[in-house]
Amino acid sequence: MKLDYLDQLESEAIHIMREVAGQFERPALLFSGGKDSITLVHLALKAFRPGKFPFPLVHIDTGHNFQEALDYRDAMAERIGEKLIVRYVEDTIREKKLKEPTGRNATRNGLQTFTLLDTIEEFEFDACIGGARRDEEKARAKERVFSVRDEFGSWDPKRQRPELWNLYNGRIHKGENVRVFPISNWTELDVWNYIRREKIQLPSIYFSHDRELLIRDGKLMATAGGVIKPEADDQLVTRRVRFRTVGDISCTAASESMADTLDAVIDEIQATRISERGETRMDDQLSEAAMEDRKKGGYF
Amino acid sequence: MDLLRFITAGSVDDGKSTLIGRLLYDSKSILADQLEAIERASKSRDDGEIDLALLTDGLRSEREQGITIDVAYRYFQTPVRKFIIVDAPGHIQYTRNMVTGASNCQLAIVLVDARHGVAEQTRRHSLIASLLGIPHIVVAINKMDLVDYSQDVFSDICIHYAELAQKLNVKHVTYIPMSALNGDNVVDRSESMPWYEGQTLLEHLETVEIADDVNLTQGRFPVQYVIRPQTPELHDYRGYAGKITSGQFRKGDAITVFPSGETSTIDAIEIAETHLDEAATPMSVVLHLATDVDISRGDLIVRSDSQPLSSQTVEAMLCWMDSKEFKVGNKYVLQVGTFRTRCSVREIAYQVNVNTYEQIEGVEQLRLNDLAKVVLRTAQPISFDPYATNRASGGAILIDETSNVTVGALMLVGEA
Repeated sequence: MKLDYLDQLESEAIHIMREVAGQFERPALLFSGGKDSITLVHLALKAFRPGKFPFPLVHIDTGHNFQEALDYRDAMAERIGEKLIVRYVEDTIREKKLKEPTGRNATRNGLQTFTLLDTIEEFEFDACIGGARRDEEKARAKERVFSVRDEFGSWDPKRQRPELWNLYNGRIHKGENVRVFPISNWTELDVWNYIRREKIQLPSIYFSHDRELLIRDGKLMATAGGVIKPEADDQLVTRRVRFRTVGDISCTAASESMADTLDAVIDEIQATRISERGETRMDDQLSEAAMEDRKKGGYF
Repeated sequence: MDLLRFITAGSVDDGKSTLIGRLLYDSKSILADQLEAIERASKSRDDGEIDLALLTDGLRSEREQGITIDVAYRYFQTPVRKFIIVDAPGHIQYTRNMVTGASNCQLAIVLVDARHGVAEQTRRHSLIASLLGIPHIVVAINKMDLVDYSQDVFSDICIHYAELAQKLNVKHVTYIPMSALNGDNVVDRSESMPWYEGQTLLEHLETVEIADDVNLTQGRFPVQYVIRPQTPELHDYRGYAGKITSGQFRKGDAITVFPSGETSTIDAIEIAETHLDEAATPMSVVLHLATDVDISRGDLIVRSDSQPLSSQTVEAMLCWMDSKEFKVGNKYVLQVGTFRTRCSVREIAYQVNVNTYEQIEGVEQLRLNDLAKVVLRTAQPISFDPYATNRASGGAILIDETSNVTVGALMLVGEA
């Protein structure tokens, strides 16, 4: 019997999730309502049904999320009957008197890390499952599936544990935690093909729709929710767009697209000459090592 | 479409990164913004040429030093196959990273510089590939442009390498003359080497037969997790969740549980609440048994018609991966499948010189990156298969009890 590559990737991801269930006492699954974490939830259903998930879904809400993704998040948790914990960056900013980045392209993306670390402490999570993929970015290409973080959440690329065969070592000291990436070996296209094959529903913003945007530094940024304040030289436009990734409104650009079905989206991705994060993420373009530096600081 | 995982080991000087860059570039797997990024970075260098190596070195310190320190994973696909490139460092001080990368690969590309022939690191990389049981080796004889594309040079290296391969028990060896820098025989056929009638590297990667490498005879299922909903409707539901790491299971098969030795038969096989009559490696499934057997995480369910070895004293090849020394009498946690037990070091039978393959006896301790044959005594019997016949149930790791770090990779050989 020959398994298709999607079956192999699926089986690998289910195996990793079950290792988390077997090795940790208080794991969590980070769920944002984006396509990668939606895929994780689908894989968790396959890994644990008819039982309950051995972990809650956790969302770190920056307050700058697309309403469509939040609605999807709540509806999904409701539909599958699993516990959803939401913690707000807004609260951390207030309680810890954090200084919010200001200025034209300010984003709360970096502040998420504070709330995430607080949430890990609050619930004593020892493992957090996330939807990061190695094809996204070159620092991620180097990270293990079980990525041990110290009590500050820091990733030390020079001290990664060897990770052999399918033997994952989740032994940690108190205070440390492990970030676990079950879809490490999936590419953007694999995720979309899997979503199509499994008929997974996605938030509507992944498909083309008319939207009000402003053009800033050549990128189409959503005006939704008033997160991005238009300035004098910003041009307001209405365009037919979709989102290739769904992150914070402040740092996720839209792409002009007519693709309103999964087939059309997949055709578009296969034809594109620009990478996912290159097209849509403002936060990676700060420097050559932007992601590596954020990960060392505790970012996912 | 199937999936091939292959490893390339080496450093920038060997042309490894250029080879990967060439493979991605010529197969049109590099996207415009990624290319622009490396063009930008290349401009700050002296020669100003596009440095394809920059595609693969992801960490700041790697780019600064121009070396590969840790394993990186790259992905590309052609209409025929999906590929995972495991891009590993080649220096001797990063042997453990190469071993990490090699453990899941079906094929290894060993780079040989045509000017130097079979060198020390060719021998080291080939040894690791064979020790990790990689069934297919491609000897990429690179930089042919620097030896005038000479067929004689190529043939000499093939003969020389074949002698070495004999000592290593490698199953399939393929030789390809190429120039990664100019793109000869990587994706496109070389016009400078009309005497070479074999496949290009990509053609070989696309067509090499890998289905035969899968062990379909030894049914092995390490239990990861027990699913027990305990709801009124599913009061008696008890499913064993895990991945079939080798072989296959059918409904009605007689099974044995290790270490208890209890037996039962398979009542049902489920995947995502759908029932199947049979399932094979590498599927993740849920098994139900006909009778009540005490089973929990760490147990191994096997098909009764192919029993594994079970022993408290085992022999293994070890790659030592920690800066603390490995010595007789030291204690560790050993993990094989989902089973963990404590073990102590009985004996270091011999160390292997990774460059000459010479066996050194009388060694008292192992240091970081050393390879050796060792004997371990475990607290409880472990169930396994010899690594040479089954990579999934013959590979094990050692964990340091105090630091919790994975410190050793074991290729189990047998009972001692």
